[in-house]
Amino acid sequence: MGRVLVVFKRVMQAIPTIVGIVIITFLLTRALPGDPAAFFAGPAATPESIAEIRQQLGLDQPLPVQFGRYLLDLTRGDLGQSMTTGQPVMAELIRRLPASLELTLVALLLSMVIALPLGILAATHQDTWIDQVCRFVVTAGVSLPTFFTGLLLVYVFYFLLGWSPPPLGRLDILYLPPTQVTGFYLIDALIAGEFDVFWSALKQLALPAITLALFTLAPLARMTRASMLQSLASDYVRTARACGLSYGKVLRTYALRNALLPVITTLGMVFSFSLGANVLVEKVFSWPGIGSFAIEALVASDYAAVQGFVLAMALLFVVLNLCVDLVYTLVDPRVKIDG
Amino acid sequence: MANSSFLGHVHYVVTSNPVTLMAMTLFAIIVLTAILGPSLVAYDPLATTSQALEPPTWQHWFGTDHLGRDVFSRVVVATRLDLMISVSAVLLSFVVGASLGGIAGYWGGWLDSTLGRMLDTIMAFPLFVLAMGIVAASGNTIQNVVIATAIINLPFYARVARAEVVVRRQSGWVLAAQLAGNGPWRILFGRVLPNALPPMMVQISLNMGWAILNAAGLSFIGLGVRAPTAEWGIMVAEGAGYIVSGEWWLVIFPGGALMLAVFTFNLLGDGLRDIFDPQRRT
Repeated sequence: MGRVLVVFKRVMQAIPTIVGIVIITFLLTRALPGDPAAFFAGPAATPESIAEIRQQLGLDQPLPVQFGRYLLDLTRGDLGQSMTTGQPVMAELIRRLPASLELTLVALLLSMVIALPLGILAATHQDTWIDQVCRFVVTAGVSLPTFFTGLLLVYVFYFLLGWSPPPLGRLDILYLPPTQVTGFYLIDALIAGEFDVFWSALKQLALPAITLALFTLAPLARMTRASMLQSLASDYVRTARACGLSYGKVLRTYALRNALLPVITTLGMVFSFSLGANVLVEKVFSWPGIGSFAIEALVASDYAAVQGFVLAMALLFVVLNLCVDLVYTLVDPRVKIDG
Repeated sequence: MANSSFLGHVHYVVTSNPVTLMAMTLFAIIVLTAILGPSLVAYDPLATTSQALEPPTWQHWFGTDHLGRDVFSRVVVATRLDLMISVSAVLLSFVVGASLGGIAGYWGGWLDSTLGRMLDTIMAFPLFVLAMGIVAASGNTIQNVVIATAIINLPFYARVARAEVVVRRQSGWVLAAQLAGNGPWRILFGRVLPNALPPMMVQISLNMGWAILNAAGLSFIGLGVRAPTAEWGIMVAEGAGYIVSGEWWLVIFPGGALMLAVFTFNLLGDGLRDIFDPQRRT
C-alpha cells in the first residue's frame, strides 16, 4: 500500500512542473518581442489585415485572457495550424512522433548496452588500459558534435564502404511502410511478417541510432564507472568478500545492484541530451520525426508549429523522467521509508 | 596568501599531468587564433572564386567549398565568432546565475524557493529544445543565440553558487564581517562569492565546451548566424549536402575544429579542477 502511495505522490509532483512548462511555452510566443499576427499575415499584409488577424487570434485581449484561451485550446488538443503544411500542429506531431521515439529509444538502448559494461569494466580494471580506453571514449563522446559524428558516419559507411543506405529517411523507397500498429517500423514490420521491410528499416535506423548513442554514451559510462568504484570500495562488498562469496557473485549481486541506482538518476540528464541531439540527428539523416518538422517550421517562422514542438518535447521529457523515477521507487526499497 | 605555493601547485599539476599541459597549450593556440585570425590567413574568407569544390592542395590546405571559398581561411576566421558567442553566453550566464544563486543562498526563505522553482522549470525542458524555442520566439539573431545559451546554462551556475554560499553563510569569518558592520550585499559580493569562485571556475570551463556545442548546434539548424558568415556550425551545415557525394573536406575541417575546441575545454575543466580542488580528483 505504501508503495502505491509513493507512486501516486510522485505523479502528483509532476503537475507543478507541467504547469510551469505550459506557462513558459505560452510566454515564449506572447510576451517576447515580435508580432505573431504580422507573422501569420505574411510579408504582403496591410495594417488592416494584420489587425484583423490579431483579433481573430485573440491577440488584442489582455494577457490573462489569452492564457485562458490557450489553456482551453490545449485541453481540446488544439495547438493551432501549421503554416508550412496547413495541417493542425497536433496531427503533425502525432503523425511524426513514432519516428522520433523509435530513433531515441533504440539509441538509448544501444547506449546502455555499451555504456554499462564499459563502465563496469573500467571500474573493475581501474587504472589499466581498459580504464584509459573508457576515459578516452567518454571525453571524446562529450566533445563530438552530434551532427558532425552523423556526417562522419555517413561518409565512412555510405560513401566509402557502401554498407549503409543513403541517409534519406526511415525506409528505402523500394518498400512501403508496414501497416501501422505501434508506429515503430521495426515492430510493425515484424507484426506484419515482412522481414525484408524490417531489414530495410533496421539498415536505415542503424547510423542515426549509433550517432545518438555515441552522444549519450559518455554520461552513462562515466556515472557507471564512478558509482561502481564507490560501491566496490564499500563495507558491504568487503564483508561479502570476507564471507567467502565468489568475486562474480559479489560483483553481480551486491556491487552492481547498488551501483545502478545513481545511474538510473542520471538517465534524466541523458534524456534531456538525447531529445535535444535528436533534432540535429534528424536533420542530418532526413529522419521524418518531430525534430525535422520543427527545423522546417523554424526556417519558415512557423510559430504555432515551433511552440507545439517545444511543448511536446517538454511533456515527453516529463513523462520519461516520471518513468525513471517510478522505476527508481520500485527498485530502491529505501525510497518508501523516506517518502 | 601563499601565492608562491599556489603557483608551485599549478606547476606541479601541469608537470605531473601532461594532458593538462596539452589542454593549456591547445587553449593558448585557440585564443591566439581567435585574436589574430583574419591576419593569419592568405585568402578572404568571403571571396568566391571559380575553383569550386577542390580537394585539399598546397594552395588550399583544406580545399575549397561550393562557392570556391578557401575552407582553411574560413575555419580559422570562424574561431573568433564561435569563441565570442560561447564566451559571452557563459559569462552572462555566470554573472546572472552566480548573483541569483548567491542571493537565494544568502537570504534563503521565499527568495530561495522561488528561484528553485524557476530553475526547476528551466530544467524541465530538454535544454537544447528550450534554446531553439527561445531563439525562434525572440528573433533569429546572434544576440538571441547568446541569450538562449545563457538561459539554458543558468541553472548550473545558480545551483553551484547557491550551494557554495549556503555552506559559507554561517562560517566564522562571515559572522566576523557582520560584526565589523559590513552590510549583507557587501559581504555576499565582496567576501562570500569571491571565496566560492574556485568551484565555479571549474563549472565555467566544463560548461564552455557544452556552450560551444549548443551554439554550433543552433547555427547548424539555421538559427543565429546567417549564410555567408564563417562559423563552424553553419559551415558543417553547408557542407552536409556534399558528404554523400564524397566532398569530405567541407564537413571534416570545420567539424574537426569545433570538436578540438570542445575537447580542449573539457580537458581544461578537468585540469582546473585538479588545481582548484585537489580533493575531488578522480
